[in-house]
Amino acid sequence: MDSGDTAFVLISAALVMFMIPGLALFYGGMVRAKNVLATVMQSFFTMGLVSVLWVLAAYSLAFAPGNKFIGGLSFLGFSGVGQEPNPDLSATIPHIAYACFQLFFAAITPALITGAFAERMKFSAFALFTTLWLFLVYAPLAHWVWAPGGWLRELGALDFAGGTVVHMNSGFAALAAAIVIGRRRGFLKEAMVPHNLTLTILGAGILWFGWFGFNAGSALAANGLAAQAFIATNTATGAAVLGWCLSDYLRRRKTTTLGAASGAVAGLVAITPAAGYVGPMGSLAIGLAAGIVCAWAVGLKYRAGYDDALDVVGVHAVGGMLGALLIGVFADTAFNSAGGDGLLAGGGLALLGKQAVAVVATLVFSFAVSFGILKLVDLVVGLRVSEDDELSGLDLSQHEEVGYAFAEGGGVVSQVAAGHAAPAERAPSTVRVPQGDLG
Amino acid sequence: MKLVVAVIKPFKLEEVKAALEGVGVQGLTVTDARGFGRQRGHTEVYRGAEYQVELLPKTRIEVLADDDAVSDVVKAIVDGARTGSIGDGKVWVVGVEQTLRIRTGEMGGDAL
Repeated sequence: MDSGDTAFVLISAALVMFMIPGLALFYGGMVRAKNVLATVMQSFFTMGLVSVLWVLAAYSLAFAPGNKFIGGLSFLGFSGVGQEPNPDLSATIPHIAYACFQLFFAAITPALITGAFAERMKFSAFALFTTLWLFLVYAPLAHWVWAPGGWLRELGALDFAGGTVVHMNSGFAALAAAIVIGRRRGFLKEAMVPHNLTLTILGAGILWFGWFGFNAGSALAANGLAAQAFIATNTATGAAVLGWCLSDYLRRRKTTTLGAASGAVAGLVAITPAAGYVGPMGSLAIGLAAGIVCAWAVGLKYRAGYDDALDVVGVHAVGGMLGALLIGVFADTAFNSAGGDGLLAGGGLALLGKQAVAVVATLVFSFAVSFGILKLVDLVVGLRVSEDDELSGLDLSQHEEVGYAFAEGGGVVSQVAAGHAAPAERAPSTVRVPQGDLG
Repeated sequence: MKLVVAVIKPFKLEEVKAALEGVGVQGLTVTDARGFGRQRGHTEVYRGAEYQVELLPKTRIEVLADDDAVSDVVKAIVDGARTGSIGDGKVWVVGVEQTLRIRTGEMGGDAL
């Protein structure tokens, strides 16, 4: 056991946790004002829900010894998940630290999907979907890719920090969700514009910060590989911001803040599977490609006619696929001897072929099972809110709150510092606060 | 008694307010408004999707003025709001039948 590795992984776990409120802001700023709370709630609630389900059973299904496709039941309730390392999973840190680190990956993945069905799903349907999806899609796929004996891991496909398990997986579940739930009322007819991009760009910044835990932490050790993954993550993200802004500029001679924020996330997504296998120049190429390709991919929904409200498909499915495949081009054992050699490192097409198998398997499994779960949830509780509830907004209809309560009557409060005298007398308040019995 | 109503560019409000105070106006009402004139709207772009925003944010101001002060009030608004470019807004004047200060019950010119 190594105390430095343990400290690093625990801090990385907390960094990944912080990505979830970051995601809440990233998404929350992009919806209309009437849906801001429902949108941030879907991310925040997922954090609570998965925190419980993971300890109870999902960790076991993902990582307990089982067969090629799913883990067993030996880690139910975190039994057997102790302070000693589990050498099959991580030799130098407590098993429980590894399980904590994996918990937040499992929590952010279903939260990513919520962008696709934003502004129209019932809260009960969302909670039921997230629960079923964690057990039936996330846990098996994590097992395939990361657990000892998982079939994609045995095949030799590489996924450093979750390009397939987290991003392609959430991206194709998002595509299924957008198709099954249908478009928002008024999609393509009325303007559905982001209500507060300041929140969105702050959220993107928090995601960028937390992602160092996600990718560098996936080295599972405080070592050179973690530092390698750290700079790969940052370089790709910078390049993707430039790539998306360049796309925006070439189209209309203007850069956009939403483009810069989206570019950062696209770069982070694409470098996730590759972060520990490529060098700085490879990560630069992957990031630049992600910025440009995802800027194009978010337009696909208008041609295909599905309403992926916040572009989970265009950013996570496409960016995740791109990163997983480009490992087959840019991976180099000079940077990680446990990785592989891609096309440019003289490894030929072998690695690219394995990556393609992982991409296709993820795509088919995630889309098909998610589709089935959504149909089932629709049958049981109904996916969509009523037309009235959708028009009045999910904040009011699902949560009985509003995101923005400005001063009464829309009045403007004058600045005290500007020298206005306080009013000489105050009208009695019309609000009655319950008082105790004074008699 | 007249009611002077103007729709102006929001960022000209401070200048209009200063100009009105300069001609002795003691009170005004300001409303956030949206609208379009010959200027029409502008384009907004989010992730490559273009939206034509036809109703632009405007500021509507209302000032009550005695008949003999109306021309000064109108001139103050125009001086404060004018940029010379399209979209500067409009001013119009309507007659007022009665005014009353709620606190004291004063009526007519005394209520201003």
